Amino acid sequence: MSDEIEKRINEDYKWGFETNIEMEEFPKGLNEDIVRLISKKNNEPEWLLDFRLNAYKKWLTMKMPDWTYFKIPDIDFQDLYYYAKPKSEAGEGPKSLDDLDPELLATFEKLGIPLIEQKRISGVAIDVVFDSVSLGTTWKDDLLKSGVVFCSISEAIVDYPELVKKYLGRVVPTSDNFYAALNSAVFTDGSFVYIPKGVTCPMDLSTYFRINAKETGQFERTLIIAEEGSYVNYLEGCTAPQRDENQLHAAIVEIVAMDDAEVKYSTVQNWYAGDKDGVGGIYNFVTKRGLCKGRNSKISWTQVEAGSAITWKYPSCILQGDYSEGAFYSVALTNNKMLADTGTKMIHIGKNTKSTIISKGISADDSENVYRGEVKIMPGADNARNYSQCDSMLIGDKCSANTFPYIDVQNPSGTIEHEASTSKISADQLFYLQSRGIDPEKAISLIVNGFCKEVFKTLPLEFSVEAVKLIEMKLENSVG
Amino acid sequence: MLISIKDLHAKVEGSPILNGINLEIKPGEIHAIMGPNGSGKSTLAKVIAGHPDYEVTEGNIEYSINGALSDVAELEASERACEGIFLGFQYPIEIPGVTNITFMQEAFNALCEHQGADTMNEDSFRTFIKTKLPLLEMHEDFLDRAVNEGFSGGEKKKNEILQMLILNPRLALLDETDSGLDIDALKTVAKGVNTLKSKHNGIVLVTHYQRLLDYIEPDFVHVLFDGKIIKTGDKSLALELEEKGYDWLTEGLQ
Repeated sequence: MSDEIEKRINEDYKWGFETNIEMEEFPKGLNEDIVRLISKKNNEPEWLLDFRLNAYKKWLTMKMPDWTYFKIPDIDFQDLYYYAKPKSEAGEGPKSLDDLDPELLATFEKLGIPLIEQKRISGVAIDVVFDSVSLGTTWKDDLLKSGVVFCSISEAIVDYPELVKKYLGRVVPTSDNFYAALNSAVFTDGSFVYIPKGVTCPMDLSTYFRINAKETGQFERTLIIAEEGSYVNYLEGCTAPQRDENQLHAAIVEIVAMDDAEVKYSTVQNWYAGDKDGVGGIYNFVTKRGLCKGRNSKISWTQVEAGSAITWKYPSCILQGDYSEGAFYSVALTNNKMLADTGTKMIHIGKNTKSTIISKGISADDSENVYRGEVKIMPGADNARNYSQCDSMLIGDKCSANTFPYIDVQNPSGTIEHEASTSKISADQLFYLQSRGIDPEKAISLIVNGFCKEVFKTLPLEFSVEAVKLIEMKLENSVG
Repeated sequence: MLISIKDLHAKVEGSPILNGINLEIKPGEIHAIMGPNGSGKSTLAKVIAGHPDYEVTEGNIEYSINGALSDVAELEASERACEGIFLGFQYPIEIPGVTNITFMQEAFNALCEHQGADTMNEDSFRTFIKTKLPLLEMHEDFLDRAVNEGFSGGEKKKNEILQMLILNPRLALLDETDSGLDIDALKTVAKGVNTLKSKHNGIVLVTHYQRLLDYIEPDFVHVLFDGKIIKTGDKSLALELEEKGYDWLTEGLQ
């Protein structure tokens, strides 16, 4: 009987299993030695160690942000492991994914990401990050034939040091914020993408982040460089075991787009969110920013935020090139006791720049869901345009939704439109669907999916199917 | 017997609306329910369909399930719909972002699953639903628009009838399906309802106007007043009401 109950509870978060594998860990806690150890482990050049140490020194002087709508619990940064790597992958240099520890292969197979060659998903290249390290990247050699570099950032540091040195920390400076400084000091791995001039990346690129080790923080760093006239579609997914302790994930993603380049970045964030009483779950404190450096460049962020106990995340665009375009499409779903403070920043610097913000917040149970966004039009940004739409939907009467849009216009030729709405799923809508034979859970999920449609349609098809399923699963127990 | 309603009392937000309804419908019959505003006509339809805001305080509704009359009190609206009860709404509800075809496919497949039949994928469902469109003079565009969003009054009502034809209910409750329709749309809607009519189905028309009954011939006409049926007759009663109004029936009752 209790087995049955346990099974049902576990079904709520089917990605919540643990992989039993021997790990190599650095001692707990954070100090200069740990920073040096991480750098040494990755065979990093001197400049990168300096970069890390600088960031670490800055971080020591900074404080956790306290302006979120809700209180973020204190985190003991000395009580975390900053580096954890499967022992079986301890050998030097990259090796074939086919030779990975069978435990790891089985783990990713279970997560729906087969890694061995004959089972790989075609049309998508995947970099898999397990705790502190990238285990490998599929289709790497095939991509290289088109000139596309897709590998772990630790490999890029060794193989493409000039590119990394030129761009690392240029979009998100080390002192940008508390978690960015922390990440800059201790990032262990992540993904690196370089799309050369004029190349349309022949397949979608994707990174899958898996946290497995206990009491370990995951600090990964992604750098995407799109040269003139190039195009890439990038996808990100993430899951973690179901545990009673909170775990920290503090990532940085930096994107640079040159003239006429376009980068689409999509995330389905499904970190473990804690149980219904708010015990456990990932703290997801992430800095993502894109620089539209070139004329007519485009960067779009699409995110489906459905997991994490606390989300603090504002994927942003700096629209530096004239005629550049930034977009942010977001669905943030909170249920149980989840807290989300998420949104975007659109900084218009170049002339005739354009930004679009579509944010859909769904709150259920006792959760709190905040949209926080800033649109800034700098003095030189003639004819800048922004359109923002922030809609919130409440399910039940114990949750809350808040919208904090900040608008700063320093050029009179700018056009800013902002629309916002808050709705409750109406009893009439539910009854209408039910009177056609659709059960209440399915009815809610239909209404919610309709509500999110403008965002889902910006996702690649498979991701959008996954997002719909995920939202459905999340809401299953939230229908009163 | 398809449905047997005995001494039904119901209230909404504390106010009693139905005060002892008795009604029996056999398969193949068409019943019209008429009556002045506020007499409880729409409430009766909603209570039969299982609207959660309405509380049944006395009496019961028995409905034929698997050949036997069963009390439906414990069945949720969606379960009643799966057993073949359909409510055509007076004011169909908008569901932003959900396409009409997705909505109808979900509904259709919910019924299929309940009956243990194979469900349909979108392609075959589209082919199936397209066969029903000409009858209602509806364009295929309807299928890809959000449910009832931006529909005219007539389009919304046709859409209700389309859903009814897709779901093929055993008991169709049509709540003022004729209101707000011009004469052409009224004829089209009536044609749709007549298509459903068979010896297996019961149809209840809630209406204010006799003109609908020119196109759909009822077997019985009931007059509802103050939550009770005060008179039952054949289709000639509707003509009489058209001519004389309700006062001659309700005088002295209030």
